[in-house]
Amino acid sequence: MIAFIVTTILCFITYLLFTTGSGTDLGIWSYEEIIFGIVLSAIVGLIAGKIFVKKDFRMANPVRWLTFIAYVIGPFFAGVVKANIDVAYRVITGKINPGIVKISPGLKTDLGITMLANSITLTPGTLSVDIDEDKNDLYIHWINVKKEALQKKPVDCKYVCGNFPKWIRRIAE
Amino acid sequence: MLSGIFDIIILVSLSIGVFFNFLAGVGLLRFPDVYTRLHAGTKCTTFGSIFLCGSIILIGLRAWFFSYEGLTQTDGSTLAIHTAGALFAILLTNPTGAHALARAAHRSGVKPVGAVIDDLEGKPAKKTTSKKKEAEK
Repeated sequence: MIAFIVTTILCFITYLLFTTGSGTDLGIWSYEEIIFGIVLSAIVGLIAGKIFVKKDFRMANPVRWLTFIAYVIGPFFAGVVKANIDVAYRVITGKINPGIVKISPGLKTDLGITMLANSITLTPGTLSVDIDEDKNDLYIHWINVKKEALQKKPVDCKYVCGNFPKWIRRIAE
Repeated sequence: MLSGIFDIIILVSLSIGVFFNFLAGVGLLRFPDVYTRLHAGTKCTTFGSIFLCGSIILIGLRAWFFSYEGLTQTDGSTLAIHTAGALFAILLTNPTGAHALARAAHRSGVKPVGAVIDDLEGKPAKKTTSKKKEAEK
């Protein structure tokens, strides 16, 4: 029941956002849009509630959402900017030294490992290729392999993705 | 005065976006293999799209709160919110798609060109079964 209500409310808020300016009956929405939105959200909530809300409610904590926003604006965006300057340099000069390395970030939840894989893909010189689903290890294609990082196996996270695992542990675990 | 500054910000972010999307195209031509091409194709297009969508959001906000030639307030709010939705979708799907492409490439036997190290090589391509199916067994 909680899953149904949460999914319906989130879906309805999204619907309201995308139909702003549809009329002048209630603020900037029209009655037709709101009624249809409620019906649609209820249908979506019935179908997708079980998939959207799992049994643990860890992500319902607003502190985690604020940390997530701070993470996206701060270290993540800085990483994206650095990545693009790096790729621009490599496109123009053509200097590459690629390889596939394995890291074990030690994250446990599916959401955390998904976020880390996406962050790694968008940040400097790295692209996640495969995942070991038993131990949640990631295989990373690294465009400029550093010699000193190869001495230890699996490669230390700090060379590949900086302090991202710490942030993601705070958000998703 | 204010509209002049707004114009400059919008133009600058448009040109940054176009430049990085162009760079992604050059990277696709210049890099040697699929993995390095994916590097160019994900990072640069995402970053370029952030700036392109950002400039459109700025135009929408401007039409929403001030007046802008030919656009009504409703147009402005629609433009800003819908573009923000599109940007969110790009940020989520672009790295995921690259991940799927790279994994598929490695499983079908494409080796990274000039690789110094390949930890993934020789790892058996295990058939992934979902946890539900495993529990049924």
